[in-house]
Amino acid sequence: MEDIKKLEEFQAKIDADVKIEPKDWMPEEYRKHLQRQISQHAHSEVIGMQPEGNWISRAPSLRAKVVLLAKIQDEAGHGQYLYSAAETLGKSRDEYIEELQTEKAKYSSIFNYPTLTWADMGAVGWLVDGAAIVNQVSLQRTSYGPYSRAMVRICKEESFHQRQGYEIMAHMAKGTPEQKAMAQDALNRFWWPSIMMFGPHDADSPNTGNAVKWRIKRETNDELRQKFIDKTVGQAEVIGLTIPDPDLKWNEAKGCYDYGKINWDEFWNVVKGNGPCNKQRLKHHIKAHKNGEWVRKAALAYAAKQKEKQLVA
Amino acid sequence: MSNIKDSQGDVWEVFVQSKPGLPHKHAGSVHATDKEMALQNARDMYTRRNEGTCLWVVPLNAIVSSMPEDSGSFFDPADDKAYRHPTHYIMPEGAKHI
Amino acid sequence: MTTKEALINYCLRIGDTSLILGQRMSEWCSNGPILEEDIAMTNIALDHIGQARTMLTYAGELEGKGRTEDDFAYKRHEREYYNSLLSERPNGHFGDTVARNFLQSAYFYHLYSALSSSKDNMIAAHAAKSLKEVTYHLRHSAEWVVRLGDGTEESKEKIQTSFDEIWEYTGDLFEMNEVDDVLIKEGIAINQTEIKAKWDKTVDEVLVRAKLQRPKDAYMHSGRLNAIHSEYLGHLLAEMQFLPRAYPDAKW
Repeated sequence: MEDIKKLEEFQAKIDADVKIEPKDWMPEEYRKHLQRQISQHAHSEVIGMQPEGNWISRAPSLRAKVVLLAKIQDEAGHGQYLYSAAETLGKSRDEYIEELQTEKAKYSSIFNYPTLTWADMGAVGWLVDGAAIVNQVSLQRTSYGPYSRAMVRICKEESFHQRQGYEIMAHMAKGTPEQKAMAQDALNRFWWPSIMMFGPHDADSPNTGNAVKWRIKRETNDELRQKFIDKTVGQAEVIGLTIPDPDLKWNEAKGCYDYGKINWDEFWNVVKGNGPCNKQRLKHHIKAHKNGEWVRKAALAYAAKQKEKQLVA
Repeated sequence: MSNIKDSQGDVWEVFVQSKPGLPHKHAGSVHATDKEMALQNARDMYTRRNEGTCLWVVPLNAIVSSMPEDSGSFFDPADDKAYRHPTHYIMPEGAKHI
Repeated sequence: MTTKEALINYCLRIGDTSLILGQRMSEWCSNGPILEEDIAMTNIALDHIGQARTMLTYAGELEGKGRTEDDFAYKRHEREYYNSLLSERPNGHFGDTVARNFLQSAYFYHLYSALSSSKDNMIAAHAAKSLKEVTYHLRHSAEWVVRLGDGTEESKEKIQTSFDEIWEYTGDLFEMNEVDDVLIKEGIAINQTEIKAKWDKTVDEVLVRAKLQRPKDAYMHSGRLNAIHSEYLGHLLAEMQFLPRAYPDAKW
């Protein structure tokens, strides 16, 4: 009985756009949904460091190197903000990381694609970050306070990421024929996986119902995907690259682009672990975590000794 | 607030002063095993873009927070004390600088 | 040897050491022991690469042949690189990196402190700016030396071994040749024996705090002054320079 009353009060707050804070009562399902979504988001930022990290040592100029490095560093930072937000829901970072490493938690499938050429740094920044930004701008208005605050911070910092990628693409598109070919190839490989980042169509998305009702998600997968496509098509035209979708057409009546059929078999295949890099990404993460274990133990032991000293003194 | 045990250290809350004269504002948190590490991590996490001139780090478990159920008795009684605000007072017409 | 020739070489010594150390530190990205530490190490990498850019650009200006920072970074071979042997040591485990960075940062700290009053304005300005960065690097790495030295049995053993193994590359930091003679006379450079004395003191203080043994001074390798390196540098450069070398006509 009391729960029903609490639930009504909770929904009333959500409907009035009052943010939910960590100590507020919340339905268990809401908590679980957030734990899953925020940690998945955090894991994506952290795993997302790897495909771009693949090119730091080979960045073709010192400027390109510092820019890429700063960008990947931001991603680590964003992972950190998001783990912090997820921790306010009563689970430790250790637990979340264990869920990632034991494959109980997912991360965005886009990071299971390899970065094969330098142009991929352009494509990742322009398309992958571009898609992520559309989603994150929307999530700034999410109902959970810590998540929303993390998103505000992240959006502020991300503003240079997409520009960095687009700059690489634009530069290569007007470079040597080889460079232009590399840029087009990167666009060809990353276009479809990028628009899959928004997840299945609304009709096939089981979690959307509650997430929208609780205002965790403010816009649906298809709405966000459409926004991304509409703003990206023109950007490709400006730099003379072709989006690899023959069905892409401006629809005057709807005021947006129609696009071709998404290959959902590929999407689910990668989600299930069969992408080109799923195993590699996870292995890398586990290895780094294991290699750091003695360091973390040492730091904890040192801190314990310092505390003891303070007590004695 | 309680700290959950974590191999990556405790949670510390970070407060950044963006300019001398301004109050320190909550920026977020970091994990760290000791106070020097907390301070350095806060520096590397939250002041990379020139955001700060001073940093505070506070162990999360040292922060005492009011609870949502307190909020009625804590904060609502302030609702009807309009006399604490300058707009409550009616000044004679023509009075200036007051 | 003219002052200018000497100064160009001096810039390359500093710039190359910064660049190689920056490249090494950037290899840590996504491999840190703690997420926050990953970010800290990237910050250090960024500082070093930034320092390298200033010095390589300046070397190009002095030379007057239109070479840019990227020409220096991407189009020179092993035998034209003047970085310290210490800076090119592989990252190894976290303790190996901490030991290397601490020893190199302590050097940079005292070098830049002295060079802040160099008679060459560019060197002085670069030193003053970089000093702030390396002061932080020194503090950061010193704290880790202490944590690892005074942490667990395992960490103590590991970091002690790191110092023992890398020690023989520290002598290289302080060697001098004609370049130094010319520049010291002009008040541009600093006598390395002065730096060595201060470096010794800093290193000893931190090792004592960390309850670690200072390795015995035995044979010291040299290389920096004559662009002689370990085999590691060639691989580092092959990776770093791949794109500009594979596509010589392309601009990036």
